[in-house]
Amino acid sequence: MSDETKKREIFICRSTGCNSSNAGHIQDLLAKRIAENNLNVAIKKTGCHGFCQMGPIMVIQPDNVLYVQVQPKDVDLIVKNHLKDNNVVEKLLYTDPESGAKIKDMNKVNFYMHQKPIVKEHFGKIDPESIDDYLEVGGYESLKKVLSEYSPDDVIEELKISKLRGRGGAGFPTYLKWTFARRSKGQPKYLICNGDEGDPGAFMDRSTLESDPHSVIEGMVIAGYTMGSNQGFIYTRAEYPLAIDRINKAVDSAREKGFLGENILDSGFNFDIELKTGAGAFVCGEETALMASIEGKRGMPRPRPPFPANSGLWGKPTNINNVKTYASIPKIIAKGGKWFADIGTEESGGTIIVALTGNINNSGLVEIPLGTPIRKLIYDIGGGIPEGKKFKAIQVGGPSGGCLPAKFLDTPMDNSNLTKLGAIMGSGGFIVLDDETCMVELAHFFIQFTQTESCGKCAPCRVGTKKMLDLLTKIKSGQAEMEDLDKLENIANFVKKTSLCGLGQTAPNPVLTTLKYFRDEYIAHIKYHACPALQCKDLIQYNIDPEKCIGCTLCAKNCAVDAITGVKKEPHKIDESICIRCGLCYSSCPSNAIYKTTNEYPTEEGGSE
Amino acid sequence: MTEIVGKISDVEIQDLDEILEKHKEGKGNNVTLLQLIQNHYGYLPDYALKYVSSKLKIPLAELYGVATFYAQFSFTEKGKYVVTCCDGTACHVKGAPLLIEYLEDQLKIKSGETTDDKLFTLETVACLGCCAISPVIVINDVYYGNLTLNKVKKILKKVRKKASESTEAKE
Ligand SMILES: Cc1cc2nc3c(=O)[nH]c(=O)nc-3n(C[C@H](O)[C@H](O)[C@H](O)COP(=O)(O)O)c2cc1C
Ligand code: SF4
Ligand code: SF4
Ligand code: FES
Ligand code: FES
Repeated sequence: MSDETKKREIFICRSTGCNSSNAGHIQDLLAKRIAENNLNVAIKKTGCHGFCQMGPIMVIQPDNVLYVQVQPKDVDLIVKNHLKDNNVVEKLLYTDPESGAKIKDMNKVNFYMHQKPIVKEHFGKIDPESIDDYLEVGGYESLKKVLSEYSPDDVIEELKISKLRGRGGAGFPTYLKWTFARRSKGQPKYLICNGDEGDPGAFMDRSTLESDPHSVIEGMVIAGYTMGSNQGFIYTRAEYPLAIDRINKAVDSAREKGFLGENILDSGFNFDIELKTGAGAFVCGEETALMASIEGKRGMPRPRPPFPANSGLWGKPTNINNVKTYASIPKIIAKGGKWFADIGTEESGGTIIVALTGNINNSGLVEIPLGTPIRKLIYDIGGGIPEGKKFKAIQVGGPSGGCLPAKFLDTPMDNSNLTKLGAIMGSGGFIVLDDETCMVELAHFFIQFTQTESCGKCAPCRVGTKKMLDLLTKIKSGQAEMEDLDKLENIANFVKKTSLCGLGQTAPNPVLTTLKYFRDEYIAHIKYHACPALQCKDLIQYNIDPEKCIGCTLCAKNCAVDAITGVKKEPHKIDESICIRCGLCYSSCPSNAIYKTTNEYPTEEGGSE
Repeated sequence: MTEIVGKISDVEIQDLDEILEKHKEGKGNNVTLLQLIQNHYGYLPDYALKYVSSKLKIPLAELYGVATFYAQFSFTEKGKYVVTCCDGTACHVKGAPLLIEYLEDQLKIKSGETTDDKLFTLETVACLGCCAISPVIVINDVYYGNLTLNKVKKILKKVRKKASESTEAKE
């Protein structure tokens, strides 16, 4: 290699997404080939690069080349063409979904171009298991600064200027929460990092813990110093084994280097962190339930007040924040509260980390300034809806959130805007829905989830979610009356107002938003026994288009109930009275001859708002 | 105590005592205790709970109370292949229900059950955290993403073949 080319380094993603598609094997193979060929190329195993859908992912620097969906058999190509002959391997480059062009320069990939990585700044660039990597990018400098130059009040003042709000869902100003906990008398005082992430469809906290665990630890130590606490807990789910492993390693190495433990950096301040794992209960993300779970009990919420700041874990003053809230702290200290505030909106500073999934071209982890319009997220970053289908709605905030239709695409994303529309920001799960998603079915799905996860302590949530589920089942199967819609709405509002904890108070949101914005779809189900999205089994039929059918017999072979008849090379037929609508034939037909239909329904009826 | 101990072997008592020894640090935390037992057995055997209950003087009802609250804990032995299907939101909107129904139909069990030959357990969970490659299923720690009905069919066929080979080898 000539002198002017810097030593090459390959950053290979070794987070859960890419690991699941063989990244480990690819890394080993690459290392072997590099050694065999005596190449002067380093490999760094990193956390999540964000573009998890395209995994396994690797980036080659200084060339700034991103390779996606790399397979073990591609390793030889990369070594020969790219590393030896300096020719980029075209077929592994990202293809722009709109232009079909292969993108050579990673900074021009639409998914990355519009992002503003703050919490994600070092994801994909450092080895999360190496504290030296973290130190090299300025890690623990903020802690040093705080311990040597800041009083606890100075930290709180900086946070106030930063307009940082909690990233766990409710969006409470962090400086206020810390002020309460700081003022609260009583020792010991505890800190909790909430990494439960029970929202299905969300993986921001997992990625943060897997990709940059030290940033969370550093944030927690600064928090401990500010509030006068010496013991912190990180609570995460047992389903996140890699995150657990990396936190444990990070805590150990931080202790070794004197960033945790006694007399941190000779300041006289002591702080340590213990990891606790949850056991699979959505309600345990709620702060009071989470504390019960850490104490080893059934994770039931309790009424507040008393707030955790006064009486939390084991009855002691406790501060609880989300993973990303803590991870933002070192950045705010390093660059100043004003810098952070300037990135976000009037009410809320900084960025939002979004898990962008569903019917979208580019799916993954996205960080953008608060106040970014939804449209930018879906079209500029997400690359739009695949297969030429239409955008129908975006589901924001998980089971406590809501579904927003296309007319809100230009809404700037922040807590108050989304709440006004009936959704919530939640912790940042954004699921894109195309026109083949049935909103009644989706509401049913969410209520089924919250009904199962209701801890059962209070009646409105326990009974109300069950009643809503029964009504939605009726509607979905075409057996409901119009008056059931009012019933559903009444129960939803009742549960929202009278439940004890956030789970019950927000569980009706998916129902209320779909009723508000997609009421005509409910009406189609009830009045016309039609499912406009062609999804609800009881209301659709499968048919074979005789023009398109080539008589390959594949569908007939696939059908478990022998509903399909026909002879070879001739159009086949489905007997509707036998068909159980499993969809097998639909997905196996090589010439797309099978299509779904539903009853006719007027499209103007009742109008969605 | 003697009555329970009479029913379980010395080896198992030794195992359980080791678990209890490990658990000493996390004193008083029933969730951690149950996690240790489940990690060891793959589920929570009744006799194990009875043993630790009497040894640590924790009411059995309290242990069961905690265990039934959390989805992670299982009370029955699992099959050789545990097929975990994600039906979280991202997977759901990308067709997970069809995949699950297919598997239920093929394995002739409902989600949460184990086949009579103890080869397969089928489970449904709400999100495995790899939503960007949804829909996802996991078979004994191996992840399969971006699935379609056809891909699942092929995967099942492969696993079944492996399963029958290994049972034949045993015989
Ligand atoms: C049902 C329910 C589930 C929740 N799940 C989570 C979660 O998974 N992660 C989280 O950080 N906060 C969750 N919260 C919010 C927490 O109660 C708490 O407000 C948050 O952790 C505070 O952190 P923040 O101030 O940094 O946002 C949940 C709340 C409710 C009601
Ligand atoms: S609202 Fe639901 S989850 Fe919350 S306490 Fe009541 S029953 Fe439990
Ligand atoms: S949908 Fe299923 S049951 Fe109906 S014809 Fe097709 S394969 Fe047979
Ligand atoms: S897991 Fe590899 S890019 Fe996210
Ligand atoms: S929703 Fe299936 S992995 Fe998250």
